[in-house]
Amino acid sequence: MRDASQPILSVRDLKVHFKVKSGAWPWSPARTLKAVDGVSFDIHAGETLGVVGESGCGKSTLARAVLNLIPATAGSIAWMGQEMTGASSQAWQTARADIQMIFQDPLASLDPRMPIAQIIAEPLRTHRPGMPEAEVMQRVKAMMGRVGLMPQQINRYPHEFSGGQCQRIGIARALILEPKLIICDEPVSALDVSIQAQIINLLKALQKSMGLALIFIAHDLAVVKHISDRILVMYLGHEMEVAKKKALYAAPRHPYTQALLSAIPIPDPALERKKVIQLLQGDLPSPMSPPSGCVFRTRCPRAITRCAEEVPELRRLDDQTEAACLLA
Amino acid sequence: MSLIEVNNLGVQFKTQDGLVYAVNGINFALERGQTLGIVGESGSGKSQSVLAMMGLLAGNGKATGQALYKGQDLLAMKPAELNKIRGNRVAMIFQDPMTSLNPYLTVERQMTEVLQFHKGFDRKSARARSVQLLDAVKIPEAARRITMYPHEFSGGMRQRVMIAMALLCEPEVLIADEPTTALDVTVQAQIIALLRDLQRDFGTAIIMITHDLGVVAGLCDEVMVLYGGRVMEQGSADSIFYGASHPYTVGLLGAIPRLDAGDEALVAIPGSPPNMARLPEGCPFSERCTLASAQCRDVMPALLPAAHNPAVLRACHKSVEAVSELAAKGAIHA
Repeated sequence: MRDASQPILSVRDLKVHFKVKSGAWPWSPARTLKAVDGVSFDIHAGETLGVVGESGCGKSTLARAVLNLIPATAGSIAWMGQEMTGASSQAWQTARADIQMIFQDPLASLDPRMPIAQIIAEPLRTHRPGMPEAEVMQRVKAMMGRVGLMPQQINRYPHEFSGGQCQRIGIARALILEPKLIICDEPVSALDVSIQAQIINLLKALQKSMGLALIFIAHDLAVVKHISDRILVMYLGHEMEVAKKKALYAAPRHPYTQALLSAIPIPDPALERKKVIQLLQGDLPSPMSPPSGCVFRTRCPRAITRCAEEVPELRRLDDQTEAACLLA
Repeated sequence: MSLIEVNNLGVQFKTQDGLVYAVNGINFALERGQTLGIVGESGSGKSQSVLAMMGLLAGNGKATGQALYKGQDLLAMKPAELNKIRGNRVAMIFQDPMTSLNPYLTVERQMTEVLQFHKGFDRKSARARSVQLLDAVKIPEAARRITMYPHEFSGGMRQRVMIAMALLCEPEVLIADEPTTALDVTVQAQIIALLRDLQRDFGTAIIMITHDLGVVAGLCDEVMVLYGGRVMEQGSADSIFYGASHPYTVGLLGAIPRLDAGDEALVAIPGSPPNMARLPEGCPFSERCTLASAQCRDVMPALLPAAHNPAVLRACHKSVEAVSELAAKGAIHA
């Protein structure tokens, strides 16, 4: 029996690099795109880790690498104490019964030619091939009820559902195996505000009743706040700050986290009009040629010359927060 | 005379499901330097109402009512007359900068064309003016980058190009259709700060279409909340945010994840957005409204001045008290 205080997933110094053609000619040398460059985190049973960053920061690549949908270049991924890097596809197959994923685009992630009964049942057929058909259907119906779909919709096709309902189908498919960890890759970004709240509340309720751990990826710190216990802020493939939720929102330590927080508009005219926004200059640099030293220094309002020379390590500032900044 | 005055604007589409009423009876007026926010979820008709004003509806669409620019009706104009106004006096920024710029033409070509057409500039002075505006929207090395194609810019930069292009003729009215929805939050903050500066410097009137109430709070004086092609509530930003009197507005405010609140569960609006081809007889929101009664489902409520504040227009059968009770119960920040 494993010790309950051990993390279920432990990721150490994970790197995902892509070889990219650089020039116009077939013989031009390939260059390396460092999508994820040295990310480490632990997840405990029943916990939610929020992963936040702007587009291009590597958060989706990170999610896919954890499931080995994209092979990791270096680093280690340990699932339930077992090292998974270099593991056989058999071992991954077993692990994936316990790690499921929910995707960003609810309609695109469902096969348009399958009725939803088959979509939701597919993980069962893959991972529990011996299960009798009657039991499969019974489980599918029970799961549809839990995510708020009507049993009479069981033979409909994805295009007959709205975006929010499609996301519920995606959630049902991820939950049908009763996994231990679900990776949610921007599950609410494509939805209307009123539907977003429904899905966030549903995920929270299911997490409580099933003891799920979640990795919740989003580009918006406000969305993540409602669901996470701890938050990991990424920028250009690097970890900027990892902190418990309360500490991160009350006193963000990294200048990037501070800028992200101040950029979110508050739906309150009086507060919003007098708010001083810490505007970042410019855009995300190309990940093909990241800045030297700290990757954030080109947009950082507090950057000093040392930032260009030294790569800041992620270091523990107190029992709540770790940040990768020389000045934090 | 208002700069822009819209009277009883409606948009209908002929579809296979029959006639779809995408927008019904919208009224507003806009003065110089003012900002109107039009808020709603997908399918609420917020984009179609401004596309109608600009004469940009799809072929099966038809606009009714009046959209007056300085007393001239934009909807009744011939295309040749309309072309003298749109892009010139009334300009528009579209949601997706990727698809609304021409990928085959350099930014220079696309920008100078506007000045040559509307202002009769020659190529050289048009180019100089375009570089000036790219500078104004804070594109670094504007003189060099103007020769690039849209794909060579990042998403935020492309949106700046769009804004610069819309501002070339110094329009009196700027219509922004979800200008920041496709962008990251830090870039969104930059673009909103830019719009605010431009308004201060040029006194441009802005119509801001968005689904993000946070964006509205920082930028808009007046707010119009749309649902199912109808106005649910309309009034000053303060009256909408601090004293929402329509159940849908209350629901929207409760559903937004906020940084400045605790992490209690979000108050979701049950159900899903309406099918525009099969709207209920009565209030379009009645299917999802917790206060709805038989009257709500059968009879369309008229948009009338509210009892508590006649400056606010609301379309709801229920009393303001009943709605504020709902707001209090949902622990919504008043």
